[in-house]
Amino acid sequence: MAVTTLPIALGERLKREARLERAFRLLTLACAVLVLALLGGVAVALAHGSWPALRTFGWAFLVREIWNPVTDEYGALAPLYGTVVTSLIAMLIAVPIAFGIAVFLTETCPRWLRQPISTAIELLAAVPSIVFGIWGLFVLAPLLQHTVQPWLIDVAAPVPGLRQLFQGPPFGIGVLTAGLVLAVMVLPFITSVMREVFLMTPVSLKEAAYGVGATQWEVIWGVVLPASRAGVIGGIMLGLGRALGETMAVTFVVGNAHRISASLIAPGTTISASIANEFTEAVGDLYTSALLALGLLLFAITFVIIAAARLLLLRLELRTQGTK
Amino acid sequence: MNKTTTRSVALLSLLAAGALLGGMAAAAEISGAGATFPYPIYAKWAEAYKQKTGIGLNYQSIGSGGGIKQIKAATVTFGASDMPLKPEDVKAAGLVQFPMIIGGVVPVANIPGVKPGQLVLDGATIASIYLGEISKWNDPRIRGLNPKVALPDQAIAPIYRSDGSGTNFLFTNYLSQTNPEFASKIGANTSVQWPVGIGAKGNEGVAAMTNQTSGAIGYVEYAYAKQNKMTYALMKNRDGKLVSPDAKAFQAAAANADWAKSDNYYLILTNQPGAQSWPITGASFILMYRQVKDAAAAGEALKFFGWAYANGAPMAQELDYVPLPATLVKQVEQTWRTAIMAGGKPVWTGK
Repeated sequence: MAVTTLPIALGERLKREARLERAFRLLTLACAVLVLALLGGVAVALAHGSWPALRTFGWAFLVREIWNPVTDEYGALAPLYGTVVTSLIAMLIAVPIAFGIAVFLTETCPRWLRQPISTAIELLAAVPSIVFGIWGLFVLAPLLQHTVQPWLIDVAAPVPGLRQLFQGPPFGIGVLTAGLVLAVMVLPFITSVMREVFLMTPVSLKEAAYGVGATQWEVIWGVVLPASRAGVIGGIMLGLGRALGETMAVTFVVGNAHRISASLIAPGTTISASIANEFTEAVGDLYTSALLALGLLLFAITFVIIAAARLLLLRLELRTQGTK
Repeated sequence: MNKTTTRSVALLSLLAAGALLGGMAAAAEISGAGATFPYPIYAKWAEAYKQKTGIGLNYQSIGSGGGIKQIKAATVTFGASDMPLKPEDVKAAGLVQFPMIIGGVVPVANIPGVKPGQLVLDGATIASIYLGEISKWNDPRIRGLNPKVALPDQAIAPIYRSDGSGTNFLFTNYLSQTNPEFASKIGANTSVQWPVGIGAKGNEGVAAMTNQTSGAIGYVEYAYAKQNKMTYALMKNRDGKLVSPDAKAFQAAAANADWAKSDNYYLILTNQPGAQSWPITGASFILMYRQVKDAAAAGEALKFFGWAYANGAPMAQELDYVPLPATLVKQVEQTWRTAIMAGGKPVWTGK
């Protein structure tokens, strides 16, 4: 009896498990599809919302500096420029510092100091962006206005090229200040990714390099960095993505002026700051649509950057495979 | 035949009861959305009103633009806007517009050695500063207004509100009236394209920026200037008289305005005549439907507004807002009686 019933029960159990398995697979697929659908939905909604502005202004929307709600004329060049420049300043400052911290933490830091510094950096990542904005406006901006910027203006004045970058009255807030605040904000992200990937470098590789007499710098530049290249680029892109989209902190310190100026200490604006500032009181369809078009633009920029990073990583991978 | 009528009567009464219940449920909370400038006083009134009547106010301070959008979509019982809608827009949307509270915008400055109330400015001069034509504090045009004040040879840093706001509208509207060049180059709106200066977010942002930037000029709502003890300027008004920003001067501007002749209360209180009138004064407005679908909800909203007119003045003054003059309140209540209807009957049942 028992011998005959057992295979039947087993067969049913197997069948049931197969069904469960299929259901589970479908469920995970649904989750993945949901993300894609959300992404597509956002893109479609943005495109639909920005259509009136794009239809009215055409490609000129991308290259015009004007932003005049009174005459209903809009161009995205000033916020576009501000977004790119503030993010560039942030990356120029944050990437080398993050690299330094990561190298220190993984290679030269005494063991007892490692944990406190790592925790401090992680805490920096947990500070809400509005706090950075307030800090930027009330602490950093006066400091820049009274000491740093007058000095910069004086130093740069006799140097052609530099003079244009640091001219005009020192307001304390502006593109440079926004870049500095962003640098502090993206620093922990880039640092923790770099530290993680540096730690993953095989110890045997490093020891071999030290064994043949390489200096610490040579080991880091010649062994650790090539082995962790993909991760380092990923970390930088993560930081860049954050810098491009950051809203509140930038709004506080960027100066919110729809103007392009060669001077880095002059006020400017970014895409997300413009939207945050103007969306609530944007009366009129074209105005709202122009702000949505800015959003679409930011979406596109971020997309292009992520795609470029992927492409870069792919090429690096192919090259390392080729050398093997 | 008889049976069907009784059935339909029963059905109708059921529907009516349902509508009544629905109306009562909605009436427990008045819903509104819009301007951020009057939000503190609306919230204070709502708190006192709820203690008295048990009826609360759900007001989303999402900005005037948002308020106008929401009332047009009929998702709220009333919308609130700092910038009055043009009469033709009010009519086209089937709305009624009336003023609720008055406030003033005050120019503030940060000049070394100049104390609150010492600096004198007028509209045309401020407009030239914001146009970038006057860039130093010791410019002859500013000196002409201030013969006794020692003005330094210092660059002016104009500060403006970067977020769209009713404050911006009042300020640019006033500057446009007093300086034709400002009117043609920049114009009046809740946000405009400023040729010079730096933008700060919100009244608090402008106040902070002005206070920490030497040589700055800015403009904030009266409450911010007063509470932060900022260096406010006296204004030369339309009658050529010097006025100091205070509740009396705002009320004078509102009282001197000719509301009776206004169409849908489309009246901007800037640059009003009268020796005591503060030139940058403005009202914040409420928008409601002319033909009300939910009579109970609209009735409760009007009751709240009526209560606020009658009892809200001390609270408004505490928060440095200015209540409407009594004559204007009478006029608004008359508008409620004649314009806001549900099924041919006025919704407002007050005296």
